Amino acid sequence: MKQRPGPVVRLATPLKAWAQRFAVLLLIGATFFLMLMGKVDTVVVERARVAVLDAVAPMLDAASRPVASINQAFDEARDLARLREQNAALRAEIERLSGWYQEAQRLGDENRSLRGLLNLAPEPERRIVTARVVGDQGGTYVRSILVAAGTREGLAKNQAALTGAGLAGRVAEVGWRAARVLLITDINSRIPVLVGQARDRAVLAGDNSEHPELLYLPPGTSISPGDRVVTSGHGGVFPPGLPVGIVVAVTEQGVRVRPFADWAHMEFVRLIDYELPDMIGSLSSGAAVVNP
Amino acid sequence: MERVGILQRLDLLARGLAPLAITFLLMLLSVTPLRSPEVAPVMPALVLTSVYYWAIFRPDLMPVWLVFVLGVLHDLLVGGPLGLGAALLLTAYFAIAAQRRFFAHATFAMLWVGFVLVAAMALAVEWLAGSLLAGRLVDPAATLLRYAATIAAYPCLAWLFGRAQQAFLRVA
Repeated sequence: MKQRPGPVVRLATPLKAWAQRFAVLLLIGATFFLMLMGKVDTVVVERARVAVLDAVAPMLDAASRPVASINQAFDEARDLARLREQNAALRAEIERLSGWYQEAQRLGDENRSLRGLLNLAPEPERRIVTARVVGDQGGTYVRSILVAAGTREGLAKNQAALTGAGLAGRVAEVGWRAARVLLITDINSRIPVLVGQARDRAVLAGDNSEHPELLYLPPGTSISPGDRVVTSGHGGVFPPGLPVGIVVAVTEQGVRVRPFADWAHMEFVRLIDYELPDMIGSLSSGAAVVNP
Repeated sequence: MERVGILQRLDLLARGLAPLAITFLLMLLSVTPLRSPEVAPVMPALVLTSVYYWAIFRPDLMPVWLVFVLGVLHDLLVGGPLGLGAALLLTAYFAIAAQRRFFAHATFAMLWVGFVLVAAMALAVEWLAGSLLAGRLVDPAATLLRYAATIAAYPCLAWLFGRAQQAFLRVA
């Protein structure tokens, strides 16, 4: 106990304490730096996200399968209990829909012939990739899902992601074998849409709640609960006419939309490749001359 | 002798990685799609619980820089605002580091009470930073719900970590 510490120890101890204190400051500083970097959204951040995504995608894929089958088992048990009434309801539904089917075919034919008459520019081809949902974020600060498909399957940024019922989101980051889809309820999601039969233009903005809000409605529009909301295709990123949701509340605070997508049963999503190559190319090159 | 020495060292190294491995697995678990809207908002902050436990019992295996890296990794994986996870975990870590003497001799109940306080601080910092980054006040209801779920899940997780500690890190 009486032994005095050597000169090295005497020097090293305060140095070590200083280094520790310095590390604390350094890490706090690094945290703030990261927040700033994330806020300005650099390419580096996106690359890092994609790298992490690609690295953990196989693990998430493996983990999501048993969870999916357990969920499926529960769903099946629930369905089995209501099989008879469901059957009757479905029969009635088929009868009702067969009328609509005839109507849709007639309208489709008519539409085609009218398009021919008007010499309308043909719609671009749509290519569809179906991907398994392997990660889900119901967090407070972000609403996104991870899917097990990436550039390998031909995915690209900004493609539309659909569930069976309607638009779910937009591809935000793409890795080689995994991608992140930003859901339409996320606080950063902005989708140009058309509302109701009048087809008023608006922007559907998420705010991390279940019901995203309609912004930038032109003044004097009359919107009521029950109006359908579809994508407008403005911006050339999404195909027009994808079903998005239904207006549920029109108040002073704003117009709220309930998305068609069923967040609880998103096992697969369809990703729509809808490119307008010429238009996007000329717009992004920045040197488009309208009247040469 | 040399061979055994290397093997032993590898074995020790692998065991030393157990806290990190457990925390990482919990991170993956927290993004696995459960597809039930009832569960998603009350998903406890599993990584926070894990970091709390290991920072108290084996701070040598959960150094502060690793906590930082885990936080950043979590943000990248989740796709949330960058830096939020690091702020959350570092807050908890510094709170523990400041009161290390209290935690060193704490009973289970005291640790739980400590966790109630530390988690409150950490989630409050996360909420503040999240609101700041979003440019508006994020609805605190979701965070409060997550807080409740996190402290409710603590005993179960702590028991699990205790078992893992006994299995992998038994001091000979």
